[in-house]
Amino acid sequence: HCVWKKHSEKQYVGFATLPNQVHRKSVKKGFDFTLMVAGESGMGKSTLVNSLFLTDLYKDRKLLNAEERINQTVEIIKHTVDIEEKGVKLKLTIVDTPGFGDAVNNNECWKPITDYIDQQFEQYFRDESGLNRKNIQDNRVHCCLYFIPPFGHGLRPVDVEFMKALHEKVNVVPLIAKADCLTPSEIKKLKDRVRDEIERFGIKVYQFPECDSDEDEEFKQLDKELKECCPFAVIGSNTVVEARGQRVRGRLYPWGIVEVENQSHCDFVKLRNILIRSHMHDLKDVTCDMHYENYRAQCIQDMTSKLTQDNRMESPIPMLPLPTPDVETDRLIKMKDEELARMQEMLNKMQQQIHDGKDQ
Amino acid sequence: MLASNLPWLLLHSRNRQSPFPGLGHSGSGSTLLGYIGIDTIIEQMRKKTMKAGFDFNIMIVGHSGLGKSTLVNTLFKSQVSRWSSGWGGEHKIPKTVEIKAVSHVIEEGGVKMKLTVIDTPGFGDQINNENCWDPISKYINEQYEKFLKEEVNIARKKRIPDTRVHCCLYFISPTGHSLRQLDIEFMKHLSRVVNIIPVIAKSDTMTPDEKNEFKHRVRKELETHGIEYYPQNEFDDDMEDKNENDKIREAMPFAVVGSDKEFQVNGKRVLGRKTAWGVVEVENPNHCEFALLRDFLIRSHLQDLKEVTHNIHYETYRARRLNDNGGLHPISANNTQESNL
Repeated sequence: HCVWKKHSEKQYVGFATLPNQVHRKSVKKGFDFTLMVAGESGMGKSTLVNSLFLTDLYKDRKLLNAEERINQTVEIIKHTVDIEEKGVKLKLTIVDTPGFGDAVNNNECWKPITDYIDQQFEQYFRDESGLNRKNIQDNRVHCCLYFIPPFGHGLRPVDVEFMKALHEKVNVVPLIAKADCLTPSEIKKLKDRVRDEIERFGIKVYQFPECDSDEDEEFKQLDKELKECCPFAVIGSNTVVEARGQRVRGRLYPWGIVEVENQSHCDFVKLRNILIRSHMHDLKDVTCDMHYENYRAQCIQDMTSKLTQDNRMESPIPMLPLPTPDVETDRLIKMKDEELARMQEMLNKMQQQIHDGKDQ
Repeated sequence: MLASNLPWLLLHSRNRQSPFPGLGHSGSGSTLLGYIGIDTIIEQMRKKTMKAGFDFNIMIVGHSGLGKSTLVNTLFKSQVSRWSSGWGGEHKIPKTVEIKAVSHVIEEGGVKMKLTVIDTPGFGDQINNENCWDPISKYINEQYEKFLKEEVNIARKKRIPDTRVHCCLYFISPTGHSLRQLDIEFMKHLSRVVNIIPVIAKSDTMTPDEKNEFKHRVRKELETHGIEYYPQNEFDDDMEDKNENDKIREAMPFAVVGSDKEFQVNGKRVLGRKTAWGVVEVENPNHCEFALLRDFLIRSHLQDLKEVTHNIHYETYRARRLNDNGGLHPISANNTQESNL
């Protein structure tokens, strides 16, 4: 039985310090965040990432020309950087997808990307089901920024197909890239069009959680504005210019200066706030609680149905193409396979028991 | 007009910024300060955890008459123990050790905590107390099993209900001599399964010198028998933790006094026990170590108790289960029944 008790000021027990106790441990451990960027070459993805995290991750990049790109397939490239701010440590991983949408025939060009996301889920599933769970590395993708070109009239077929292939595996945040080539009214028209098409095609982009009822009016208003602003029209810059007597990140044109962090110029600040300052934790939560759980449930179902089908005791987990393993990795994989096989059997028996329990 | 390539900035801004800087009133200016805003994730986390609330499950073990219920009520400044529901008569000593769990939701400073107090009447009260810790051990493992079952489920809950015992307060009788055989047996069997915090009950029967000697002897005995009480040496994360915990370990077991009655002392109302020769003040550090226990248990190590339970004791249990031929064998004779709670 449960009884509700409220404390008066006099009776101070002290567990109000609990959030601080939790906080202290997290700060010690540090956080991690994995962000994927996808879109054709030249959409300003690298520049935007550098602008968001004040990094210079692409210093030694060599840009390919058209000929070199002909035979290029979609690659997955990871950049990791450790950032510290006010004592809080963040291990940031940027997953880049060069080659996406660049070929003449882009059929299923998202497959390497969905495979990568699944691989990280699988890795996590194995780790989580294993015996030694002390230092599990979480490489799951928490958010995917998808860059829509500003030149067209809305979503293209490849945009729709890509987002639909990914919307149930990762938090998709669509962006309108290089928004400085559009006038305000053009941006509005494009946003309306894109929002409309997203709904029409049933694309489930990342939804911002509802505001708490006890938040103040100002917060609620800001939250509402943010939601109505999707998809964010962004501009990035690696250069500093002088505008209105200040040094700012921007782009220098003969007809004026575009300021990245000027809210009347683009939605960069809104995106940064969503991504980092208000919803980073939620993005991670939705990845863990929804996308990963869906993957896991599907995985287990496949495992158990295959077991009953084939009546075998081997591990029927579909082995996704992993990079060429060395001896040590091989041994670890074998160990984990055995753990997993044991796990499956136990699961099976448990499911059976639950079933039997229900029938009684 | 200047243009230059920005090197990687890492500047620390002194001001605490709101989650939405640059929005709303502050206009459309921009900043080169290089503040990304990563530290706000702490605030994001805090909001979520505050909303979700906390659970804490504490078990109290010791033979009857040691003031267990009173102490727990004093700790949480609330009638949270099962004897608080206005019982009138005497405690009836049960024939076997029973496990009685009672939950309350208490709130303080906007933080909601669901506190479950697990009492173990009958422990150590029989003539023959052999293996009287078995029901306790079984209960603790049953909670681990419950959690494990939920964890391996296909469609598992977002927040798995946590009934695992985070802390076991073990009450030592203030004989002034040494630990009893039962004390040693119990702690030996259970210190590897749950966090044990030994306390010396009803310590107002000892003078300060007697208290110190007794504590010293008890600590020596625990060491001799290899009993690791919480905070365990081997789980200290870093030097900072080790230093803090070393001090605590050397001051344990805390000699406590509990009371739910208030008296007037020097114009202040204090919790205490009134005798012909004076008032024993519960929260007076010169009289007993209640305040130390409370600060340790609640104000600094509550979260850590939960984490050690989850990351170490539970993981040990889980690993053992996974190794047992991957099959489920019944925990009790009839495992189709729910444990009585």
